[in-house]
Amino acid sequence: MIADNGIVIAFWVLAVTTIGCALMVAAVRELIQAVLFLALTFVGIAGIYIVLSADFVAVVQVLIYAGAIAVLMTFAVMLTPAADRKNSETAFQGPAAILAGLVLAIVVFVIIDTDWRIADRGAFPATAASLGEAFLKPYVVPFEVASVLLMTAMIGAIVLTKEDEGEDA
Amino acid sequence: MPELLLALTLHLRDVLVLGAILFAIGLYLSLSKRNAIGVLMGIELMLNAVNVTLLAFSRFVVSPRPLDGQVFAVFVITVAAAEAAVALALAVVVYKHRDTVNIDEIDVLRW
Repeated sequence: MIADNGIVIAFWVLAVTTIGCALMVAAVRELIQAVLFLALTFVGIAGIYIVLSADFVAVVQVLIYAGAIAVLMTFAVMLTPAADRKNSETAFQGPAAILAGLVLAIVVFVIIDTDWRIADRGAFPATAASLGEAFLKPYVVPFEVASVLLMTAMIGAIVLTKEDEGEDA
Repeated sequence: MPELLLALTLHLRDVLVLGAILFAIGLYLSLSKRNAIGVLMGIELMLNAVNVTLLAFSRFVVSPRPLDGQVFAVFVITVAAAEAAVALALAVVVYKHRDTVNIDEIDVLRW
């Protein structure tokens, strides 16, 4: 439980902004605008991370999501110029909305109904140092696996989009 | 210090409900959008909602090592970055062959 007025107000402002931007991603009719609203959503979520005293993860969120992934998506939209730029829905729109609503109802019911074991602990001090220690001591194997995964994904992306040389594609 | 006029509190369930709402919006986006890039946006939103939940548990719930939630969130972000790179590359490749990235027009396994 956080009892600091400023932090609580910040959380609610950020929560409303984030949900509003996420809804705009679904509502706007231009794909590039949807990407921009998604970037705003990512920034709002970074603010939520700061409220939860996860400063390092918040910075990573801004760098990777609001920076890299938003730019990557903008590039993907730009690289498909003749494709349909309308942010339109398939015939599954209705069932998808019903399913999402049901999932939301079930999860919220579980959240309210569960007796969470709440710890009475204050905000974390700056987390970067202890996170770095966690990555290089108990989590060193997953850390290395993650780097191999990232490199494989980058090579894969390059190989996929490479122009075919010498043969007719 | 003057007496506070209002004493606001933030509970675990508030943050979890926020994560659930974001997840539901992401689920709706990924199931309903026609453009493959729109579907990807929904998937990224769902991964972000999961991260909000992980960090909320890390901040509020009893644990011998509370920072593990943040470690896990960083791994989720890593995997999401890898997934976004490969998926967007796939979208561009499909576009080169078919001149479209609409998922309801990409309906053959071989061409």
